[in-house]
Amino acid sequence: MSCLQTIQDYALRSVGIGERLLPREDFTLCEQVTLIGSGMIWNIYFGLIAIAFGFFAATGLALAKNSANPWLRKPAEFVIYVFRGSPLFIQMFFAYAVFVVLKQSLPFFAPFTSAWLGATLVLFLNTTAYTAEIFYGALQSIPKGDLEAADAYGITGRTRFTRIVWPSMLRLAWPAYTNEAIFLFHATALVFFSGFPVWGQRGDALYYASYFADKTFNPFVPYPILAGFFIILTLVVITIFGQVGKRLNRHLPQVVVRRPGFMRTLMR
Amino acid sequence: MFSYCTDPSTLEGLTWLSCYLTTGKHMGFYFSFVTVIVLLLITAPVALLFGFAGASAARSRFLPLSLLGKTYTAIVRGVPDIAFFMFFVIALDQAFEYLRHKVKCPDWSEPIRQGNDFVVCTQAKLPLSTSPQWIHETYGFALAVLTFSIVFGAFAANVLYGAMRAVPRAQLETAEAYGMTTRQTFWRILVPQMWIYALPGLSNLWMILVKATPLLFLLGVEDIVYWARELGATKTARFSDYPHGNWHAIYFFGLLVFYLMLTSVSERIFKRITQRLSHGQATAAGEAQRKAAQ
Repeated sequence: MSCLQTIQDYALRSVGIGERLLPREDFTLCEQVTLIGSGMIWNIYFGLIAIAFGFFAATGLALAKNSANPWLRKPAEFVIYVFRGSPLFIQMFFAYAVFVVLKQSLPFFAPFTSAWLGATLVLFLNTTAYTAEIFYGALQSIPKGDLEAADAYGITGRTRFTRIVWPSMLRLAWPAYTNEAIFLFHATALVFFSGFPVWGQRGDALYYASYFADKTFNPFVPYPILAGFFIILTLVVITIFGQVGKRLNRHLPQVVVRRPGFMRTLMR
Repeated sequence: MFSYCTDPSTLEGLTWLSCYLTTGKHMGFYFSFVTVIVLLLITAPVALLFGFAGASAARSRFLPLSLLGKTYTAIVRGVPDIAFFMFFVIALDQAFEYLRHKVKCPDWSEPIRQGNDFVVCTQAKLPLSTSPQWIHETYGFALAVLTFSIVFGAFAANVLYGAMRAVPRAQLETAEAYGMTTRQTFWRILVPQMWIYALPGLSNLWMILVKATPLLFLLGVEDIVYWARELGATKTARFSDYPHGNWHAIYFFGLLVFYLMLTSVSERIFKRITQRLSHGQATAAGEAQRKAAQ
């Protein structure tokens, strides 16, 4: 079977399009690369959805934590504490167990027991908490002069937030937020190993990598392929976030541009 | 455990619960919490050692060594740690067996990789198939510790490399001006001063390590996740003296609370250590302490 044929059969296998049966013996390099790459669709899906929704939710949660009103602040602090203080792996198991129980009495919860919704929800909540903590830290370190200048110009309320506070917050939080995005994409590999079942062998990249490692009993081929895919994904994330960061900083004198590099110290 | 537990089906309420929570399997569950703590206590210093070696290698002026150190630190940045865990457990096992095979059976002629099999001679098997159960379990645990140390060593190397670069350049230049050799400068000037810069990163790393311990489950160790899945599953009256429905949610809630406590306690301890180390330092935190004391 030629490699092109393999790609046609398996490139979309992880979403259920193409050949139904996975290869069983004589695994070629092409098959391994194609299937693991196909699994990356799930990782990218989980990551993108969680980041896209988490970004806005985190802004709200950070504002709530920064609020003077204890009715807003205390719950926000609690949510952030719970999600940052416990392992994502346990959160996944717990959420899955809860969804299974809820499903028995309320059919509404049935889709939550499958990964596409349930795991995405957990990842969304998790990244919201981590991002909110980053944004909260940034809110606290917005230069006092920026806010005083806004007051002096009579900018208040909504305009003050959208024009002054929010852009400054994002600018300050951006390097740490880039880190969080990278970590989130890595965390998506946990999903199918933490309770959420794989239907019809439609799994993520790690699922296929471990499938090949189990079948061939040779970890030295599938895992480096997986590593390669994730390094590419990480570089893409760094590039995109770097471009956005540049735009956020464009009004500042461009003497030192602190790009979130590959080797930056990890924070989570 | 208690004398009244002989026939659990007649018990109710708290007495039933007291019997249920003291079954042999639950003792295994409680013991697995000790496993997690032991893993943390062994892994942390070993990973720090690996990290120190990695960071020193990355600083080396000998190019291959510095490339090796940098690759080691950079790779965990790009790849999920769970992938590393799953890789190293098999890879290390095979590497050990391969080495033992080469030493113990030098006149073995067949290839080791036969298609989808990994074949070594019986004497090279790790652990030996004749060894008792506890050796198998200890070997599995030791592999897990080594895997954790390698992965978190790379994280630690990243932190320590940054800390070494944060030590003011003037300090090192002064040491050189006094005629210290490169080695003396490293051990007497750089290493003692880098810890205060490394502390925030290391405390963060400890938190990541704590939150990575449930991954032990994937390495085949009977840890708390294993037991929570085992004990929480639905039990029918036919196979168990204590029949119950699906209690996974309750068990995993327990684990959630355990980890929340663990991280809260760690956070408090690190706050203390930071305060201690900031004492008398020419940093903002040290300055704040000085002002408060006046």
